[in-house]
Amino acid sequence: MSIWEYANPRRFMATSTAVLPWVWTAAAVLCATGLIWGFFFTPEDYRMGYSVKIIYLHVPSAFIAINAWFMMLVASLIWLVRRHHVSALAARAAAPIGLVMTAVALLTGAIWGKPMWGTYWEWDPRLTAFLILGLFYLGYIALWSAIEAADQAADLTSILCLVGTVFAVLSRYAAHFWNQGLHQGASLSLDAEENVADVFWLPLVVSLAGFVLLFIALVLVRTRTEIRRRRIQALAARERLA
Amino acid sequence: MIALLLRDLRLAIRAGGGFGLGLAFFLILATLVPLAVGPQPDLLAPIAPGILWLGALLACLLSLDRIFALDLDDGSLDLLATAPLPLEGVAATKALAHWLTTGLPLAIAGPALSLLLFMPAPAVPWLGLSLLLGTPALSWIGTFGAALTVGLRRGSLLLSLLVLPLYIPTLVFGAEVVRRGAEGLSPATPLALLAGITLGCIGLLPFATAAALRINLK
Repeated sequence: MSIWEYANPRRFMATSTAVLPWVWTAAAVLCATGLIWGFFFTPEDYRMGYSVKIIYLHVPSAFIAINAWFMMLVASLIWLVRRHHVSALAARAAAPIGLVMTAVALLTGAIWGKPMWGTYWEWDPRLTAFLILGLFYLGYIALWSAIEAADQAADLTSILCLVGTVFAVLSRYAAHFWNQGLHQGASLSLDAEENVADVFWLPLVVSLAGFVLLFIALVLVRTRTEIRRRRIQALAARERLA
Repeated sequence: MIALLLRDLRLAIRAGGGFGLGLAFFLILATLVPLAVGPQPDLLAPIAPGILWLGALLACLLSLDRIFALDLDDGSLDLLATAPLPLEGVAATKALAHWLTTGLPLAIAGPALSLLLFMPAPAVPWLGLSLLLGTPALSWIGTFGAALTVGLRRGSLLLSLLVLPLYIPTLVFGAEVVRRGAEGLSPATPLALLAGITLGCIGLLPFATAAALRINLK
């Protein structure tokens, strides 16, 4: 039993049918717990007041926005090396989700930034790098939708994803070089001595887990949609030939 | 490779392949900016480095879709793909030809146009040097983008959407060199980073370009 068995679309469909309700339930429970806990049952920050609560939307969506791209990178590599169609379709499925999460992170950041920094937008390196990440998502999605031949589209977008990753990382460092930042340091990291205080940290981790599961559920649904679309196209083609 | 380079250069110069088009665009942009924001030197001088770099970048973008599209239309791209020269070599040669016909003239014209925008005198040589070092990266990245979109109808609009985000690091470091030069600071760090990006693009991107071409020609 290896993970590559799920490269078979039929196998993938069967497993994802069984798993999907559980993922949805867990995602809903965790998101609801994390957000309700965070919004109503945590104290206000002594400096930021009630506006600290947007962190429960902002940090998870930013986390997903960045990691969705890494998931696309891994899926693209698998497609280029092993030619598994499910992998290419999963990469395609993840891109719009990543774009939406980028937009959510930027929007919640802007809403938070107005009372705290006194501005909706600041050309801060982190903000700039995020905006650039959004542009990369846009280009990736545009290339997918522009090419009609499915395998060719998967190949070209995979190459774009690999090259784009290098340039997205370069852009991030270029942005840090270019301007000094206003954004606070990482809210969550494994090696930091002090993260945000525990009262904020626990609901944040819960809603983060909820967002990860939500992302997985959305990717599964969109991949299933793509597989079904492929099947319909194949049936239509067979119909025309007959 | 040399034969291909000479052929591309000849085509670009004689057959109206866009040689000079980028240069004219650059000139028009440098003329339009003062008309848009006003002719005061204290207004134009601080934004001149950014405007000139942005102009060079957009001028480079103009002629990108011609790199492979014409060769695909008349079938010579298929011949090149089956020729003994590896496709990576074709990609690198095409990028070099694009740079010689677009990037190099821009790098030479840039310092002259900086007079129109009242750029501080100490920054002018830095503008020339940063364009000289940075425009090859623009050509190599652009060739990669052109290879991705070569088979597409309406590919040129998509091409700019794909290529412009990839241009960001080059633009940041290139404009930073000139800005530091204008303020009298040492531009060595961004200059080294800019050169690093260019060398990395020249060394690695032809492989990605060739891979994209192979997929498109399949």
